[in-house]
Amino acid sequence: MAYLIEGETGAWEIVIGLEVHAQVISNAKLFSGAATTFGAEPNSQVSFVDAGFPGMLPVINEVCVEQAVRTGLGLKAKINLTSVFARKNYFYADLPQGYQISQYDKPIVGEGELILDLADGSTRTVGIERLHLEQDAGKSIHDMHPTKSFIDLNRSGVALMEIVSKPDLRSPEEAGLYLTKLRSILRYLGTCDGNMQEGSMRCDANVSVRPVGSTELRTRCEIKNVNSIRFVQQAIEYEARRHVEVYESGGEIRQETRLFDSGRGETRSMRSKEHAHDYRYFPDPDLLPLVIEQAFVDGIKAGLPELPDEKKARFMAEYGLNAYDAGVLVAEKTSAEFFETVAKGRDPKLACNWVMGDFFAALNASGKTIEEPPVTAANLGAMIDLITDGTLSGRLAKDVFALMVETGKAPAVLVEERGLKQVTDTGAIEAAIDAVLAANPDKVQQVRDGKTTLLGWFVGQVMKATQGKANPALVNELLAKKVQG
Amino acid sequence: MSELTHLTLAEARDRLVKGETSAVELTRAHIAQVEAKRHLNAFITETPERALAEAEASDARRRQGTAGAMDGLPIGVKDLFCTEGVRTTAASKILDGFVPPYESTVSGNLKKAGAISLGKLNLDEFAMGSSNKTSAFGPAINPWTRRSDPAAKLVPGGSSGGSAAAVAARMVLGATGTDTGGSIRQPAAFCGITGIKPTYGRCSRYGIVAFASSLDQAGPMARTVRDCAIMLGAMAGFDPKDSTSVNLKVPDFEAALTGDIRGLKVGIPREYRPDGLSAEISDVWEKGIAWLKDAGAEPVEINLPHTKYALPTYYIVAPAEASSNLARYDGLRFGQRVPGKSLDEMYAKSRAAGFGPEVRRRILIGTYVLSAGYYDAYYAKAQKVRRLIAEDFRKAFETVDVILTPTAPSPAFGLNENTDDPVTMWLNDVFTIPTSLAGLPGLSLPAGLSSDGLPLGLQLIGRPFDEETVFKVAGVMESAAGFDLSPEGV
Repeated sequence: MAYLIEGETGAWEIVIGLEVHAQVISNAKLFSGAATTFGAEPNSQVSFVDAGFPGMLPVINEVCVEQAVRTGLGLKAKINLTSVFARKNYFYADLPQGYQISQYDKPIVGEGELILDLADGSTRTVGIERLHLEQDAGKSIHDMHPTKSFIDLNRSGVALMEIVSKPDLRSPEEAGLYLTKLRSILRYLGTCDGNMQEGSMRCDANVSVRPVGSTELRTRCEIKNVNSIRFVQQAIEYEARRHVEVYESGGEIRQETRLFDSGRGETRSMRSKEHAHDYRYFPDPDLLPLVIEQAFVDGIKAGLPELPDEKKARFMAEYGLNAYDAGVLVAEKTSAEFFETVAKGRDPKLACNWVMGDFFAALNASGKTIEEPPVTAANLGAMIDLITDGTLSGRLAKDVFALMVETGKAPAVLVEERGLKQVTDTGAIEAAIDAVLAANPDKVQQVRDGKTTLLGWFVGQVMKATQGKANPALVNELLAKKVQG
Repeated sequence: MSELTHLTLAEARDRLVKGETSAVELTRAHIAQVEAKRHLNAFITETPERALAEAEASDARRRQGTAGAMDGLPIGVKDLFCTEGVRTTAASKILDGFVPPYESTVSGNLKKAGAISLGKLNLDEFAMGSSNKTSAFGPAINPWTRRSDPAAKLVPGGSSGGSAAAVAARMVLGATGTDTGGSIRQPAAFCGITGIKPTYGRCSRYGIVAFASSLDQAGPMARTVRDCAIMLGAMAGFDPKDSTSVNLKVPDFEAALTGDIRGLKVGIPREYRPDGLSAEISDVWEKGIAWLKDAGAEPVEINLPHTKYALPTYYIVAPAEASSNLARYDGLRFGQRVPGKSLDEMYAKSRAAGFGPEVRRRILIGTYVLSAGYYDAYYAKAQKVRRLIAEDFRKAFETVDVILTPTAPSPAFGLNENTDDPVTMWLNDVFTIPTSLAGLPGLSLPAGLSSDGLPLGLQLIGRPFDEETVFKVAGVMESAAGFDLSPEGV
């Protein structure tokens, strides 16, 4: 269903394009040897290059190039064997060189695509316009002194990939799915940790609206540096409604950069006219055009991991999972691996149900990560084996699972310790049934008179008498025989 | 004045090798000359104590048999090279108080070879100028004077004016220069010494205060071709810290001085003979052609059709790069800061107070040619023309081995001449700029004196990374010219 804003003059469609700045995972910066660890003492990871000292020159970090190419390949994009670094000139206190080294008209990665996994299990392809490498700026801190600003250059020169989508997104939800999927791919590739809180993935959203049925692209506004997926969605929603209101009241939208105030849930204009920037891009004369060999690209391609889309397809084909379940499981590489460990040599649907159900619930409740899960994949697998071989009923398994979360012990140990083994001995079950029937002759009579719904009540009584350990299937079977006589 | 200061760099080296003199003796003699010639204002910063300590260490190395190629030879370093622990100014107020915590690769290479720096040499502010008059530390003065008016102070040329003056006045055996559009060759010509701008990429730019990155190149300035060959050998080499430095083995440039240029073809470009070229310049050029012919080389008339566009092209490309390169001088992290009520006001005040008028002019031009709406008309077009100029040379070098031209359109001019119009000043580099745009090696050597007694230079231009042929031809011309005249009083 298309997402539309109902205005007074009719329905409006939102047109969204996202620019994501993803910090490249690398030990050193894009053009200097300084370290990139998050959270270090301010100005402790700064080389003279990063601080823009006289005579200092940039030298490209090959690892960052490799990461950009890897990401490009992950986005099924065209890799440009020749790309050019350009200077984007502007003055700011946290930009020591007075320019940012970026890529302008010749980026390292060209057009690609990203597949959105929609809630109903269907997919939609969104175009990627380009990916380019650039330097991050430092950080200005304005709240540490009444009249002074503090500058931390640790981030100055850190490699970023700017990944630009085509204006293909049509709803806040799709924008959220795009970011989730992009983050998932980046994490699979190991090219960005995707941590929006720490700022290693930041998003600018370009938003415009148009009447349904129109194909024009109206003036867009850019909402800068939104630091969570939820805020991106809120910002788009707010901004789109603002556009509709402006248009419907006869106004015009001015192309501008806006900031999202997450406290108030609104966007507001960021830059005044007199600061309209002319970045004076030109090729950086300190750097020759970046030329990479096809063999370099092929080498990276050969080493690519299985990515979420391929893994999802394989999970559906190999394990018979539905699109939704497969999509959820592959969203994180670690959860996909967890599932595969559990499913290996076992009933995949059963494994899927347990991972998606009790396991994810326990994971959320415990606040733990899948790297240090509340129940190990081996233990969960062993528990499923106990279900399959009849040792545990589904109901007992839930108890065992809860105990595994609580104690961390292996399921077999818990079954032994707590005596939770399912009773399949027909003699023991028959004895329990006999006792229940003997105690309730009136109800037995009612069943015999045709009130078969009471059978369920009898099953419950027998299960209660066996502390839930009786095999429910056997109880049903034997009970039916005995009551009917 | 000591006899030691009249040695060439090669002679001094040979004496050191033979043990006939010591690094300390040589250094003392040159420090004395630096003091005696202070009125030339060639140095911005003198470092005699450091130099003497280094000289002692050099003598110790020589006793141990570990002396380098330039061990114990007193030199000067243009104050555009960052030198660890020694103030570096770029002749600008904006770098006030800046002491680099690092050493430029080229000055570091010279140090490693054992050369002894007597200090930092004057230049045009940020190497922008052809007279040394834009220096915030006052102009360096040419040791040469006119016969007709010995009292008139003349410029040493620029931007490496302090380097040229110091070498010509025997204060140092050699000096580093940098050349963006002629900044080694034109002052070498004005001061009657030899200087070479090597091929772009031959010397590392790491640690040299940048003016125009795609043009800047370091090179030696000394009294003879051999001295330059020795010194370039020590300066050059691939440097992984400069992405534009070229990974080629450094040849033995001194070994190229065979004196044999028989059969070499020497290009004489028609376009370098514009209307109004002074007869003196034209004559010295003709003399140079004759010397080469006598030595068995063959002069060949060539065309470099895009020459006339070189100057305007340069004055788009160089300021464009400079406007961006000089953005880092914002008063925040080093150098001079003038407080303001806002960040922008602080920038404006610091930069207005820190930069001189020529630097400000070029920043404005550069900012203009890169701005939206003008980029294509200026910068993009200039890049295209630059390629055409390089192509002119490439074609010429299909038929010739080296090209001979005058270095500058005039001899050294007076301190108060050429001041009314910046373009008149820029015309000084009309013969050197095309080589810079093409990234080719260009050497200037003194070829004679003007009627008024001032040195005139000729320029030899070579194929990319073929400094050897340039040196070889220059060596032959040097012998033929027999230019051994010293400026009055030196």
